[in-house]
Amino acid sequence: MNILKMENVRKVFDGTLDVLKGISLSVDAGEVVAIIGPSGSGKSTLLRCATLLTDMTEGELAYKGESIVTTVDGKAVYADKAALKKARGCFGLVFQNFNLFPHYSVLKNLIDAPINVLGIPKEEAIETAKVLLEKMGLADKIDAYPCQLSGGQQQRVAIARALAMKPDILFFDEPTSALDPELTGEILKVIRQLAEENMTMVIVTHEMIFARDVADRIVFMDGGVIVEEGPAQEVINNPKEERTQRFLNKYQQ
Amino acid sequence: MTLMTMIMKMSEGLGRTFAIFALTLIFSIPLGMIVAWLRMSKNRIISNVTRFVISILRGTPLMLQLLAVTYGPYYLFEISVSRNKLIPVVIAFAINYAAYFAEIYRGGIESMPVGQYEAANVLGYSKMQTFFHIILPQVVKRIMPSITNEVVTLVKDTSMAFTVSYQEMFTIGKQIANSQTSFMPFLVAGVFYFIFNGVVDLVMGKIEKSMSYYS
Repeated sequence: MNILKMENVRKVFDGTLDVLKGISLSVDAGEVVAIIGPSGSGKSTLLRCATLLTDMTEGELAYKGESIVTTVDGKAVYADKAALKKARGCFGLVFQNFNLFPHYSVLKNLIDAPINVLGIPKEEAIETAKVLLEKMGLADKIDAYPCQLSGGQQQRVAIARALAMKPDILFFDEPTSALDPELTGEILKVIRQLAEENMTMVIVTHEMIFARDVADRIVFMDGGVIVEEGPAQEVINNPKEERTQRFLNKYQQ
Repeated sequence: MTLMTMIMKMSEGLGRTFAIFALTLIFSIPLGMIVAWLRMSKNRIISNVTRFVISILRGTPLMLQLLAVTYGPYYLFEISVSRNKLIPVVIAFAINYAAYFAEIYRGGIESMPVGQYEAANVLGYSKMQTFFHIILPQVVKRIMPSITNEVVTLVKDTSMAFTVSYQEMFTIGKQIANSQTSFMPFLVAGVFYFIFNGVVDLVMGKIEKSMSYYS
């Protein structure tokens, strides 16, 4: 089943800057999709359109078969508030710079939304949070504040915070770009573990080796379009398009 | 008149001085929030009108505003000046301080990184929840030093009530100074304000410290 379905998504900034020029992307349950491509190719904008942080200009968006955005007369039309709220319950997003709530302890970061947005009883939310922190190797940081954690630890808390909402699909927007190379590994390990548990994920990343190993499918974007798309091994090891080859060559140097 | 009598007479007005101070804070802190909200309205007319009103309140002397609020009703509508001048004094102070607080709040709110809103949005928080759970607590911490500044200024500004002859500490002091042709009452007033602000510093420092558990 399609968890996410995007059709012909276009995004024009200020009426002139064409950032997305008709992107279609579907993600099945349990699938891991990595989006790669140069800066400014529209990867992050695509993710922001999918997570309703940016309004698309034109196109269609559906979660679990329920339409969220349709296009009427070449203009994107968004569903009503209730439908948007329901859709927000389907996905989670892990940001490049974590965006943890600094005034909340690690535990509060993990339980505040489940309690106040989903209406989960406090005890249950705390239980879930403890299990997630254990999994992230951060059980001893439960009472710490974000400012007391390393970047890698903060990002693991951010992943746990997203997972605490029990999303059907988890988006990652360059989750390791704000980390130094030594801390990158711990995040990639966590994502790998989630992939083994069949979590549905869409990951925008610059880590090519990681993308090849962990993703089922790789999408290469450039200039607001999908240039090439296919099984991870194939796209990385034997890219068909000349543009993809050029891009990947830079990484192998 | 001995120094001791002077001090005793002036301290009779301290209650009124404190009344101006406390009531102004009680009214202006929430009122400033409403003004800040109007100022940040997406409606151009509302935000521009609010900006204009703020610029008048900040751009003209508080003393003038005190006179206008106290005597304006008499000159405009021939409504007799109320005998209890505390009411017009507090109205003038509260409105004036609300304008300053509003700009402090606005600065604090606009300084919040957009990522905080986005994280809350993705987690499904409503606009109200985002503001009260995520944004406001962080804004309060950020603006606390500026708020302390205003509160300290307010302590000293209460002396301006002498322009409408409201019998607070400084007004009494000025009357004594005139009748006794002595500068002493002003020194006494200075010491009173200094002690008052020492307490304010202590309290505000405690509040700031209580929010220093994160950075």
